[in-house]
Amino acid sequence: MSQLSRYRNHRFARPVLLAFGLLLAGGLFSAANAAAESLRAEPIAISADKSTLIKEGKEIFNRGCSSCHGLNAEGAGAAPSLIGVGSASVDFQVATGRMPMADMSQQAARKAPLYDEYETAALAAYVASLAPGPASVTNEELAWERDGNAASGGTLFRNNCAMCHNLAGQGGALTKGKYAPTVMGVEARHIYEAMITGPQAMPVFGDKIISPEEKLDIIKWIKAMESEPSLGGASLGRVGPVTEGLLAWTLGLGLLIGIAVWLTAKAK
Amino acid sequence: MSLQPIQDPGLPTHVHRRADTDPIAAKRAERQVASLFLTSALGTILFIYAYVGIPRDQLLFLPVIGTTNAHELFLGLGLAISLFFIGMGAVHWAKTLMPNHEVTEIRKEQRSKEEDRQALIQTVQEQGATAGLGRRTLIKRTLGLSLGLVGIAPILLLRDLGPLPGNDLNETSWKAGTRLVTDPGDRPIRPSDLEVGAVAQVLPAIVPGSYRSLNDIAKDALLLIRIRPEEFNLDAERLSWTYQGIIAFSKICSHMGCAVALYEQTTKHLLCPCHQSTFDVTRAAKVIFGPSARPLPQLPITVDAEGYLIAKAPFNEAVGPSFWGRDSA
Repeated sequence: MSQLSRYRNHRFARPVLLAFGLLLAGGLFSAANAAAESLRAEPIAISADKSTLIKEGKEIFNRGCSSCHGLNAEGAGAAPSLIGVGSASVDFQVATGRMPMADMSQQAARKAPLYDEYETAALAAYVASLAPGPASVTNEELAWERDGNAASGGTLFRNNCAMCHNLAGQGGALTKGKYAPTVMGVEARHIYEAMITGPQAMPVFGDKIISPEEKLDIIKWIKAMESEPSLGGASLGRVGPVTEGLLAWTLGLGLLIGIAVWLTAKAK
Repeated sequence: MSLQPIQDPGLPTHVHRRADTDPIAAKRAERQVASLFLTSALGTILFIYAYVGIPRDQLLFLPVIGTTNAHELFLGLGLAISLFFIGMGAVHWAKTLMPNHEVTEIRKEQRSKEEDRQALIQTVQEQGATAGLGRRTLIKRTLGLSLGLVGIAPILLLRDLGPLPGNDLNETSWKAGTRLVTDPGDRPIRPSDLEVGAVAQVLPAIVPGSYRSLNDIAKDALLLIRIRPEEFNLDAERLSWTYQGIIAFSKICSHMGCAVALYEQTTKHLLCPCHQSTFDVTRAAKVIFGPSARPLPQLPITVDAEGYLIAKAPFNEAVGPSFWGRDSA
């Protein structure tokens, strides 16, 4: 210890200590996060029969959802009626953690889901039993890797999705604090369900407007974008000229000014 | 007190650099310059290695940048290092070691000496006479003609700035009875294909085998939106232009011509991504925010005998931004 304390007044002692503390805190946090991540249940086979599922779904609904959506899912105030929204809506909203909402803000944000796969399936089965609506899909049902066409998906994305979700699928701002979230890192089934249900501010893209095959094309393109290497260097979030301009004007110009100062400074 | 011209302050006293007086400092500066040049040489070697040794499709993960192409990254880095450090070494050399004594040089007169000027004129006249410019007037004139015509040629190309668009900007491909088809896909649309809350990107149907020019697409693009009919807040005429809650607007912003297609299902607002002009779908795309001066043009729609959506009539105004000679503002 005395070896170390010799350096306590060294001019690098504080920055080194600070960096060490930050690294330690960051490391602990990510380790804890990874542990929580691994604790999250792996997808389990949903084997219960349908009527049990619906019954359990109703119980979960009454406990967790009915305070806003009403005891019979009829909706109230800001919470819309869930009659006829189908299991696709429930799977999208609950499995991506958007529902239940954390607070009554403009937009339900994506977060860690509150309910596990089984509970989500039960909720979806219950809501689907109220009235027919778009049905949820599983990742396995969507053969986008085999049937999707990334080129056609790109055309479709640019025509139908890019205005809100950004040309590279990074998301963008809407009005009054609402936003279109990024589509990167979203499960194939949730992309599909979002298109057929139109969650929150997003409009519906029905199967006659964008056919199911074309939806697979879009998913394939999104997944291709996710794995796209950034050949141009740091992508800066792929949001376009704003960040790039900011970097060029601050870092680039700062560097040039620094060089100019060095060039004209007299040598001692 | 009379004004005095400012005295020439002369040169500041010369201050010796450390390397000028201290041989150890000079040696150190020499080593610094040498190591800068050496770094540049290493950069070039990296460039050569990257070109020869790194496969073209080699990917590499880097923090901050992400996955990128190693071949191109090191080509660029190598060249950047080699060029930057040559410059840095040269500047450091000049600043620390090269002589830096201030030298005064009196400015030279720019005008040439009189005899040189006379000699030039004489040469030109003599050579011109030898070439027979004064004698062979035919050659002189035809040369003048050809040089003059060459000058006209680029001016003629300015004609390509035209022709004027004529009435093109006031018209689109939409005629009464034109079918609405999906874009892309070119599928005709039935009203039942659109759920409430759905949108569709639409273009006019074309004869199979023909193609759309970009100029046409830029004017014809439509956005089709379906809401509950009772949510409309339209006058009787505009309401008759909708069909079962389906309303069609030109997708070309009336401000600067961007594609207006950010549709918020919850608020029934249509946004332009370029300058945030916001249009209220329920009130015939009335501008409720942003720089746009007028609503998006609405296309009257109905269905044909086969039940597909068609245009009931062409647009009754020019789509897109304002221009000189636009009929309505």
